[in-house]
Parts: sequence; C-alpha cells; structure tokens
Amino acid sequence: MNQSQTSTGPILTTDGIPLKVSLKKAERINKIRAFLLVLPLLAFILITFLVPIGDMLARSVDDRQINTVFPKTFEVYKKWDRQGLPSEEVYKTMFFELKNSEGYAVGKASTRMNYSKSGWKSLLKKSKRKFKKIEEGPFKEKMIATDKKWADPEYWLALGQMVDPTTMGYYLNAVDLKYDSSKNIVQQKENRRIYNKTWIKTFKVSLLVTLFCLLLGYPISYLLATLPMKYSNLLMICVLLPFWTSLLVRTVAWMVMLQQKGVLNNLLVMSNLIADENRFQLMYNQTAVVIVMTQILLPFMVLPLYSVMKTISPTYMRAALNLGASPMHAFYKIYMPNSVPGVSAGCLLVFIIAIGYYITPELVGGKDGQMVGNWIAYHLKTTLNWGLCASLGAILLAMMTVLYWAYNKIVGIENIKLG
Amino acid sequence: MALPAYATTGQKVGYYSFLTYCGFVFFFLIAPIFIILPLSFSASPFFEFTREFMNFEPEAWSLRWYRQMVGISSIGDTTVVTDKWMMGTRNSFFVGIVATLLATALGTVAALGLSRPHMPFKAILMAILISPMIVPLIITAAGMFFFYSKIGLTHTYLGLILAHTALGTPFVVITVTATLTGFDTNLIRASQSLGADTMRTFFKVIMPLILPGVISGGLFAFITSFDEVVIVMFIGSVEQITIPKQMWAGLRQETSPVILCMATCLVALSIALLTTVEMLRRRSERLRGIKQR
Repeated sequence: MNQSQTSTGPILTTDGIPLKVSLKKAERINKIRAFLLVLPLLAFILITFLVPIGDMLARSVDDRQINTVFPKTFEVYKKWDRQGLPSEEVYKTMFFELKNSEGYAVGKASTRMNYSKSGWKSLLKKSKRKFKKIEEGPFKEKMIATDKKWADPEYWLALGQMVDPTTMGYYLNAVDLKYDSSKNIVQQKENRRIYNKTWIKTFKVSLLVTLFCLLLGYPISYLLATLPMKYSNLLMICVLLPFWTSLLVRTVAWMVMLQQKGVLNNLLVMSNLIADENRFQLMYNQTAVVIVMTQILLPFMVLPLYSVMKTISPTYMRAALNLGASPMHAFYKIYMPNSVPGVSAGCLLVFIIAIGYYITPELVGGKDGQMVGNWIAYHLKTTLNWGLCASLGAILLAMMTVLYWAYNKIVGIENIKLG
Repeated sequence: MALPAYATTGQKVGYYSFLTYCGFVFFFLIAPIFIILPLSFSASPFFEFTREFMNFEPEAWSLRWYRQMVGISSIGDTTVVTDKWMMGTRNSFFVGIVATLLATALGTVAALGLSRPHMPFKAILMAILISPMIVPLIITAAGMFFFYSKIGLTHTYLGLILAHTALGTPFVVITVTATLTGFDTNLIRASQSLGADTMRTFFKVIMPLILPGVISGGLFAFITSFDEVVIVMFIGSVEQITIPKQMWAGLRQETSPVILCMATCLVALSIALLTTVEMLRRRSERLRGIKQR
C-alpha cells in the first residue's frame, strides 16, 4: 500500500487531497445542488397531491368509524364465542354507549354498520329513542322487548367484521363480493352486483375508444407525415385546435350534434331519410360516450403517431417499391413495423386517459354509459360512502400505475410531447 | 406523398378514397367545434337550428344570449342584471393566473435541476413530478376533497389555487425540460468565468434561451386550470364559481344558450393560445438551430 503511494500514488490536487476524492466531492455538491432545485416542487407535489392520494388510500381500508362510538362494546364483544346470542354484559355496554352517545356520531357509525347488515341503521335510530325510558336491567330482555331484531344473532355476527381497525370490506364491495356473517368472502346478492359490470364496461368503452382512435388516427397521421410541410402544418391545426379547446366546450358541441332535435337528427329528417317522429336516440347511451370520447381523445393518438412517422425515412418505401413490392405490400412490410412505437405510445396514452374519464360519460352517457369514474363521484357526493369511493379509486389508481409503468418502459415519460 | 404519373386505376381509386377518408376524419375532428359558433347567435332558447334561422330571417338571429352572458338580461320589459358568468370569468382568470405563475416558477426551477447531468434518481423524480397529469382527475379530486377538508382548505380560493398549481406543474416541467435538451452548458460556464453570479447568469443567459418553453408550459398550465371542472366541483363552494363550473351547472340544470356564447368565447381563446404556442415553438426551434424536417 505504502509503496504504491510513494511511487505511482494517486494524483493530488494542489492542496494535497487526492484528485479522485476532490472530484467526488465536487460531484456530490453538484448532485445536492441539482436536487435542491427540484426540492421545492417535490415538496409542493408531496403536500398538495401525493398526501391527498395517500389519504384516499388510507380511507379505503379505514374502519374505525364505529369503534369511536362503541369502543367498550367491542372490548366485551371480543370475548363472545359467536354462538347463540351475546351475554348480558355485551347488551349492557351497548345499551349505555348508545344511550349516552351523540346522535350525529351514532348516525355515522350506523351507516357503516348498515353496510355489513342492512337494518342496523333503523334499529339504532329507533332504539336510541326508546332507550330513554329504560333505566335499569336486565338489559337483554328489555332491549329485545323494544325490538325483536336485538334477538337476531345475524345482527350481532355482522358486528364481527368491524372489530379490526382496518377492513378489506370496501375492496370486496368494489368487485361485487362481501363478507357473510361468519367472515367468509361470498358474492353479493344478484341485484346488488353492479361494479363488475361497471369495470367491464369501463374497459370495453376504453378499448373501443382506443381502437377507433387508432383506425381514425393512423391514416391522418400518415397523411400529415408524408405531405409537404406547408400543407401538413395547415392540417395539423385541425388536430391541435380540438386539443386546445376546453373539454366541456367539445362535449357541449357534441350534445348539440347528437340530441333529439340536434344537428344530426335534423339533417336526417330534412333529407327525408327518417320520419320526424322516429328520430334516433343518439344521446344518453354508451354509443354516444364512445363517439364523443373518440373525437376528444383523437389528438392524443395522432400526436405520438405523427412524431414517430415523421422519423421514418421515405427512402425505405421507395427502396421497397424499387425492389418490386406492390405499394400495399411495401406499406405492410416496411412502413407498419416502423410505426409500431408510435402505435403503442398512442394506444397506451388514449387508454390511460379514457379509463379514468368522468365528465363526458356523466354528460352524454345517461344511465347506460356510466363508467367507474362516475361511480366514484356518485359515492363521493351523493351516498357519502367514502370507503367504497376510495377503494374504487384505489383499484383504478393501481391499474393506472401499471399502465403508466408500461408506458414509461415503452415510450419513456421524458418523451411525452405537447403540441 | 403524391400519386406518380404511371399509377394504375386501382391505385388512383385507392389514393382518392384514402384522401376522402382523411377528409372525413378531419371533418369529424373540427366540425363539432365550429357548429356551436353560429348557434350562439340564434334567438331560440334551445340548442337547435330552426328553419327560420337557416333562412337568415333577422328575428331568428340575436345577440340576446351574449347580452345575458355579460350580465344584462331582460325578462319582459325589465332589465335584470345577472352576474354569474362574469363572476365566473373573473374567478377563472384569477385562479388561473395565480396558479400559472406558481406552477411556472416551481416547474422551471425543477426542470433546471432535472436537466443537470448529475441529477440523482432522475427517472423516479420525473415520474413523481408528472403524476398529477397522469392520475385521473376524479381520483385527484376525491383525494383532495378528503385531505383538504381535514385541513380546512375546501371552499377557499387558496385550496383551489394549490390544486390547480399541482395540476399545472407537469406541463411546465415537460416543456422546459424539452427546451433544455441541447442546451449548451458552456454558455453558463462562459458567463460565470466572465464574473456573473448565479442569478445574473440565470436571468441574462439561461432565461432568454428557455423563455419560449417556459411560456408555452405556462400557457398549458393556464389552460389546464381554466378548463378544470372536477376539482372545482368537489372542493369549491358556491362562491368559487368558475367558467367551467358554471357551464357544468348550466348543462345539468337550465340548458341556456348562454353556454354556447361562453363556448364560442373559449374557442376564440384557445385559437389565440394555440397560435401563441405554435409561434413560440417555431421561434425556439429556430433559436436552438433545430431545423424543421
């Protein structure tokens, strides 16, 4: 060691520090400086965006709502062997906790209890009123006397799902499953299975939109990429203007086109193709959602396709034709394989955006065109079942993350181009 | 791409049907946007082309919906002033501009850091910074609704501005990083060796070169905020009416043609923005010596 330092030792800087160390130090300072530049935005995104998303994820498994109202009941409940009816002690604690709690908190907890076994909500509401008159035990008999439901073991067993502070119940609900009274996972009742259909519909609509975007977008991207610059710039405006126009404005425009007395129906009636009374029902169904979303998302297909096609040298095609291939054959064998990166980028992008769509299905979809995004909004503001809302959102988010990862692998997020 | 002189009839038919198909697609893209322009001048209270309107009869054309939009409407003989749309416009511009300024400042600085050759964890950082653009708005809205209501930011302008800033930053990061590719770092060294400090170098050397990217990123951020309706709906109160929120309300409740007037104005705005961004892009490419292919 010493030997090497004296003869061919490391190169030193003027102040005697080895050059390697000095360089590393400089590099580290550079790294820190670069990181410091990113830090403000990173912190901002963390607080305003990532923490809220995390909050939503936490909510999707959170199950403490009821434990805050009936903490003692749950303590004694845990001792119960789940056979027959619980002991007098359980009834007694439940009685006092219900009697002494605030109406607002009971309402919230009973909503949660109702998700496990419907009937809890009305039972608690009714009982809270009647319990005022009861002063002393035996509570079990008196409670059962106020309502026979207190003697139904099903209700007591349903509470078992809520003992833990976390639950997978909302996730099960989001895919049409549920816990039965002995905590086995079973299918929802036939008439309550709505989410699997919605997931399938969301995928179907997104795939159809992606497919139509490809069918419409590929030829025009080809035209744009092969036309001389002065024409293609002009035509490019047709792609960029919708891209820049407000989403709501475009949806409104489509409502004007598609409604019963809208432009399309009027044209058909005026040209005597259909009678005035059998105008087509073009709006408020799944078809409308697909049509409108295709038009809205088409620029997201054309832009990546165009930028890839622009790099395919026209000499390749000329060479193929020169070697005797027919134009179709040359296109199929030479041009298409070269444009595959653009196709995958465009398709993934359109699919990613389509799967989380909310506004357009809400406005033109009617009952039949509702996608997962609409259910999330519905539970967020109408039913206030935020656990289910969050779990639907979390599943959607997980799918997006996988797609986003794939997009990053195939295209690279740095290569997203705008305009 | 043009047809060679020796093309067969089959090739000609194929070529012209291809052009027709493309024409149809361009029509499909652009027609819905322009269909609302004439309709906003109709006197009819429904979104329809009446026969009188198509025959250019003067009574079927009117500016009454535009008058209502700017706040003057008449019911019978009395003039009523409704301020909803103008209030929405003011709010939209206020929130949009503040959010844009914040997003542009944060995004530009971050893009400068990301473009440094020594940036650690570049890929993962980029993924995080771009995520607000990728996550569906309804999920973002749900998350923000839960969290912002905990810390009292719902129903405030501050909450709305923060949310819109977060949505706008990815666009700034993307456009500025794109402008910084091919940026000659020797220029910074030259400036520093001539005695300029960091701030001076930034404002006199870096900024003029990346300005087109910064502006177009800012415009993207602005239009994102200006268009955004889902988050406003969930975290805004009645007070925070913006144009899209008012349009949404108009579509769900009273379908008034004022919506079409506002839509026409928004189309005009988007044409203006598109033109600006295109000009900036070309200028930037010319400055950086990237030739148009």
